[in-house]
Amino acid sequence: MMEITLNHYLILSTLLFAIGLIGVMRRKNLLMLFFATEILLNSVNIAFAAISHYYGDLTGQMFAFFVIAIAASEVAVGLGLLIIWFKRTNNIDLDAMTSMRG
Amino acid sequence: MMEMYLYLALFAPLAGSLFAALFGASPKTLWTGLITSGLLFTSFVSSVILFSYLLSGGEVIHVEMMTWMATGNLYIPFGFVVDEVSATMMIVVTTVSTVVHVYAIGYMDHDKGFNRFFSYLSAFVFSMMVLVMSDNFAGLFIGWEGVGLCSWLLIGFWYHKETATWAANEAFIMNRIADLGMLIGIFLIYWNTGSLQYDKVFAEVPYLDIDTVTMIGIFLFVGAMGKSAQFPLHTWLADAMEGPTPVSALIHAATMVTAGVYLVIRANPIYDLIPDVGYMIASLGAFVAIFAATMALVNRDMKRIIAYSTLSQLGYMFVAAGLGAYWVALFHLMAHAFFKALLFLGAGNVMHAMDDELDPVKMGGLRHAMKWTMVMMTLASVALAGIYPLAGFFSKDKILEVAFSGDHYILWGTLWVTAGLTAFYSFRLIMLAFFGEKRHEALGFHPHEAYKYVLWAMSPLAVLAVIAGWFEHEFVHFITHLLPNFEFHTHHVEMILIIVTSMIALGGIITAIMLYKNGPLSKKWEERPCYKVLINQYFIPQFYEEFFTKPYRELSRVLWKEVDMKIVDASVDGIANTIYGTGEKTRHMQDGNLSSMLRWMVIGLLILLTLAAAFSFGTSDTVQQALSDLGAI
Repeated sequence: MMEITLNHYLILSTLLFAIGLIGVMRRKNLLMLFFATEILLNSVNIAFAAISHYYGDLTGQMFAFFVIAIAASEVAVGLGLLIIWFKRTNNIDLDAMTSMRG
Repeated sequence: MMEMYLYLALFAPLAGSLFAALFGASPKTLWTGLITSGLLFTSFVSSVILFSYLLSGGEVIHVEMMTWMATGNLYIPFGFVVDEVSATMMIVVTTVSTVVHVYAIGYMDHDKGFNRFFSYLSAFVFSMMVLVMSDNFAGLFIGWEGVGLCSWLLIGFWYHKETATWAANEAFIMNRIADLGMLIGIFLIYWNTGSLQYDKVFAEVPYLDIDTVTMIGIFLFVGAMGKSAQFPLHTWLADAMEGPTPVSALIHAATMVTAGVYLVIRANPIYDLIPDVGYMIASLGAFVAIFAATMALVNRDMKRIIAYSTLSQLGYMFVAAGLGAYWVALFHLMAHAFFKALLFLGAGNVMHAMDDELDPVKMGGLRHAMKWTMVMMTLASVALAGIYPLAGFFSKDKILEVAFSGDHYILWGTLWVTAGLTAFYSFRLIMLAFFGEKRHEALGFHPHEAYKYVLWAMSPLAVLAVIAGWFEHEFVHFITHLLPNFEFHTHHVEMILIIVTSMIALGGIITAIMLYKNGPLSKKWEERPCYKVLINQYFIPQFYEEFFTKPYRELSRVLWKEVDMKIVDASVDGIANTIYGTGEKTRHMQDGNLSSMLRWMVIGLLILLTLAAAFSFGTSDTVQQALSDLGAI
């Protein structure tokens, strides 16, 4: 059976990051955008944890915890805003959010 | 106590100027004229008190008002000194300017810029006081520039006249050229002595290398040449007559133009060390004396004739100062200030009477309408010609004696001839303007005498023009506390010299009276080449125009069109246009759509990542090594 090395984790992380990035770029639904952002953050978490384990240094894992905490608060705020937005416009399509148009 | 008078003398004109400036833009208000004149009179009284204090054996008053610059070894205070020389200058400046202020109330009576005029005039007096009272070269330079500025303002006072602004600029620019020389002189002084205070500098100068002192002397004199309009920087003075006549009397006859002479007198310890430079100054002075006098012979502009006469008399002063007879120069400066200011003010009366007509040929017979002006101008002319016992006799005769005493017979001869010319052109003017037929009647002029108080205002100058020379011995005794005495070696021929000089002056007067008894000479004279040369001022203005002004204008045009427009402006505009264009093209990125903004963000991220990767790759050791290997091969 093939052993799972650091490279495998990093490849997984890169793939997830790419998926998240494409999601950020392509999705028009604000909720889906949040999902994509979560994927991005978690791909970074995987890389942090793997590298931390590889070097035997706990700093990376600690950092991953911080990222999780920040992601949680970000989602909390973001979802709150999203609900307000939905109540006002009955719509969470990104293309409709053009009030910032210069 | 005396310090108070010093500050009063110095700052009263400034207060007057600032006060008048408050109402500078408003129409004529008589009391601005009265208040500035009153403050000037205060300054005059303070100067007289200071003068008499020194005369009665008081100590030299030296005050340091405040520090101006103190950095490292450089220490320049706002210091003022009232010694024999500056007290004499203060008397001259405040006397003439008080008279001129009162006179100008009448002269500028109908002028729209009445208040502005008084503001400038008092500012001039303040600058002149700074110039003569400063105890260091830096303060002198400030005053020097201040009078230059006020002269510019006042020559161009009627700024809607093209010729006036042109003349103002000419005067200013010529003076700037000369001031560069003066600045270099001052820098040299500081560089070599480490101070600009007169007393320190003059104590240090004898220990300096003689070449350095020569350089200092020459550069300072270049500054004096500009301010005193010596050849070749003389053209501005005649053109400066575009200004109002009180200005010509105060600035361009009595005070500012003598600042150059004052500088040489003040720097006498420097010039004493370098007699060769002194001789050069004297030679130039003698040349200017006769050169300007010849131009005055034929001129048909009353004020220009007097301006050339001023130029000529400044030449006399420089002869005396150059030959080391500093007190004689100062004496002539003082006497000249009185009678020349009087002459100008008289010319101003005539101008008013003749509706600003300046050509004496068109006047004639004015003595009937303007008796007192005629009397005062004749008096001033006699004083200028140097006839006993008027002021000019004593001072001018002394200068001729100085030249004779040093065995400078060529200088003496030149000045002697000039004395005759001076008498001639002065009386040519008097004869043409005041005597003979009333030629002006045919031209429709109705001359009238000036206001009474204007004539009264002029009277102190008339008195001084008569008596200023009588106090020669007292003056010598007083002034030689500070200035070196001059050893005359002419006692055996003194009387002969006086007679010879008086003869030529009288000869000039009589010739003028005989020639112009019946009005102007026939037109035939104007055909002669020598007349053409003189009336065109030796073609010097044309020469300057052709060889300095035009090439300079062409150079400026090329620099403007080719260098400035095509290189400097183009590059600045290019940068601006690029930035503007980039903004114009990229503003579509900000379309307000969150999704597309996120895409741009990702693109930015990718670019940054690429750059980071490329940079870390570029700086890694192996690549560095490979690159340097490539370079080595």
